[in-house]
Parts: sequence; C-alpha cells; structure tokens
Amino acid sequence: MNHLRFAALAFVAAVTPPSGGLAAATHVVVIDRMKFGTLPAKLHVGDTISWVNRDLFRHSATARDGSFDIDLPAGKSGTTVLRKPGAIAFACKYHPGMRGVLHVVK
Amino acid sequence: MLKFFMTAGAAALLVAIAPAQAADAKPNDAQIAHIAYTAGTLDVAAGKQALAKSHDKAVRDFASEMVRDHEAVNDKALALVKKLNVTPQDNPTSAALKAAADKKRDELAKLDGPAFDKAYIANEVAYHRTVNGALRDTLIPSAQNAELKALLKTGLTLFSEHQAHAEHLAAHLK
Repeated sequence: MNHLRFAALAFVAAVTPPSGGLAAATHVVVIDRMKFGTLPAKLHVGDTISWVNRDLFRHSATARDGSFDIDLPAGKSGTTVLRKPGAIAFACKYHPGMRGVLHVVK
Repeated sequence: MLKFFMTAGAAALLVAIAPAQAADAKPNDAQIAHIAYTAGTLDVAAGKQALAKSHDKAVRDFASEMVRDHEAVNDKALALVKKLNVTPQDNPTSAALKAAADKKRDELAKLDGPAFDKAYIANEVAYHRTVNGALRDTLIPSAQNAELKALLKTGLTLFSEHQAHAEHLAAHLK
C-alpha cells in the first residue's frame, strides 16, 4: 500500500510542474481510434509531450512548421520537447484529418 | 475523362453492393464481418499490385499506407470474430465486391507508368467512396454487436482519411 502511494506520488511529481513552474513537465497525449486525445491546456517551453499510440494503426505527430516529426508505429510511443513558444499546428502525416494545435508559453 | 472513369467505377461498385441490400435490407453480423473483411482484403491486394507496378513515390507511399492500415484493421476484425465465436458468412455483396475488384485488377495489370498511377488512384477514390457509403448507410446501422459496430466506426474514420488522401493524389496526378 505504502509502495503504491509512493509510486502514485512519484508519478504525480514527475508529470506536474512544481508551483514555481520552473521545472519542465511531461504531458501524455494518447492516440486511439483515429484521434489525438485531449491536449494539455497549459504548455511551457522545455516541457515534453509523450505521444502514446494505442491505436491499431501507424500514426505520426508531425508539426506543420517542421519543428518535429515523430513516427508512431501501432502500440509505440515517442516524445517531443517543446523548444519555442507559440501555437504549433500538428497532424498525423498518414491521416491528415487527425490534427491539433499545441499552445506553448514561455 | 478521369472523372468519367471514377464515376463509372463508383457506379459499378454501387451496383455490386445493391443485390444483398435488395435481398435482405439488414445484413447480419456474420455477413457484415465478411463484407468488411473482404473489402479490406481487396484493397490490400490493390495496394500490393500498385507496389509491384508503380514508380511514383507518392503513389507508392499511398499504396503502402493502404496495405498497412487495411491489414491492421483486418487483423483486429479476425481477432474479434474469433472472440465472438462468429464465422464470417459469405454473401452476394462480398462476392460482387470481389468480382468487381478482380475485373479492375485485370484492367490495371494492362497499364503502366502514369496511366497505371492515374487509374489506380481513381479507382481508390471510387472504391473508398463506395465502401464508406456502405459502412455509413448499411453496415454500421445494421451491426448488432457493440464491439463490431465500434470497429466498423473506426474503419469508417480510417477509410474516410484514405478517401481524402486518394482524392488529393488524384488532383495532383491530373
């Protein structure tokens, strides 16, 4: 039980920035049934997106501005570190109807 | 000219899909599984033909995507029917789809180079349009099992992407 609690706390610590907002956070975006899941509302430069493909199909997370292009075979994951602020439009290059925008602040 | 062929192809497939609907307005799950699986298998075969014949990178990339995606959804469909203990049931719609695809494959086999590329992509537009119409209007509404229905819906989203991709390529190849 204690182990579980510790693990849960450690997980929260790993994915949540401290109140000062100085440390980078990791945000998980799940891909399933031909859709990108909910995107994090608040993203900061230095944060990491962990793309988790739970779908049957090979997808990608490809920025329109070319800043990242992550290949995501079925069942695999990949990461993107956000290097600059702004609105970054992205899509799956195989299924361009799957798309979204990351809003990154400093 | 291209438009004519696309329309003709779509019309042929519509005719192909019509008999089963006329005979039985509501296909059962075993028939639906068979139709969906057959439609996927036929597009995989078309993709493999394109990979053997085409030298156009965009066309080859599209064909690879068709083979990969349709094989993935068919693997899932096979696992599902096994789990549900359903034996896919052959039916006039599946047979007509196969007959139309076999005929098209023979036609495409006689073409090479840009003529092949255009005809292959035009047929992919027509084929996905027809299969998506059947999924949306007949197969998904008729499916009884929730898991089968969910897989068909994912299939429709996927194949709609394929249709858009094929339409984009068709415009590019003109």
